[in-house]
Amino acid sequence: MVPLNWYIVLSAIVFSIGVFGFLSRRNLIIIFMSIELMLNSVNISLVAFSHYLQSMRGQMLVFFVITVAAAEAAIGLAILIAFYRNKPTVKVDEINLLKG
Amino acid sequence: MSMPQVFFAYLAGMITVLSLLVVTRKNPVHSVLWMLVMFLHIAALYLSLNAEFLAAIQIIVYAGAILVLFLFVIMLLNLRKEETEKRFQNQWPFSVGVGVVLAIFSVSIVGKITVIAPLGQYTVEAVRSEGSVMTIGKVLYTDFLLPFEIASLLLLVAIVGAVVLAKRRLE
Repeated sequence: MVPLNWYIVLSAIVFSIGVFGFLSRRNLIIIFMSIELMLNSVNISLVAFSHYLQSMRGQMLVFFVITVAAAEAAIGLAILIAFYRNKPTVKVDEINLLKG
Repeated sequence: MSMPQVFFAYLAGMITVLSLLVVTRKNPVHSVLWMLVMFLHIAALYLSLNAEFLAAIQIIVYAGAILVLFLFVIMLLNLRKEETEKRFQNQWPFSVGVGVVLAIFSVSIVGKITVIAPLGQYTVEAVRSEGSVMTIGKVLYTDFLLPFEIASLLLLVAIVGAVVLAKRRLE
């Protein structure tokens, strides 16, 4: 039997890697992927809690998180394409059109 | 170590290494492909936690829909020139510090917790006798009916929003 803590520790490590990618990368697409990484790490801990507490609520929450992730990816990438028409770059440090 | 623990150790190690690869590769296409392998490992982790429906959803929605969307966008935008430039921002050592401190703090805190809570009625045997999909369906259409409807509305907003944003000009 795998202890519940192992799953939570794995989730925390993957979440930290996602935070690192979000803060350090210049490519906007990879930043979106870091957000997906963080959502997935939370999903791991939710499914683990759901299994160990013998409840369905965790799995339901993961279901809705996946829905929100799909919507977020679609909208985010649409914004990216709309921006790319104005200024052909995906580097976050060059996206400064609103800077005074 | 027993067999489930060996299986978990393999999956955990692979997920950690693969997520590091995702955030450090220079070519975004490589990142997406490593992320695909990582999602397959997460689906295997869900299978070991008796969440068959979520494992299928993970592969269909995440690997099948979201990652293909990422690949489409990467191939639509011509990023050949950007691959030769540096991949991290100038403050990346600070980001490494934030990530390491966050990992140490959260692991040292959550690694010691013990969860004491009343156990629910969905034991492994109860779910297995009825099937994972049927159990989830029953809960989804009774207790979680309102969130389910709100999720459908959210998806509708996402569809309309994506079309409006990506369209060249609105008439």
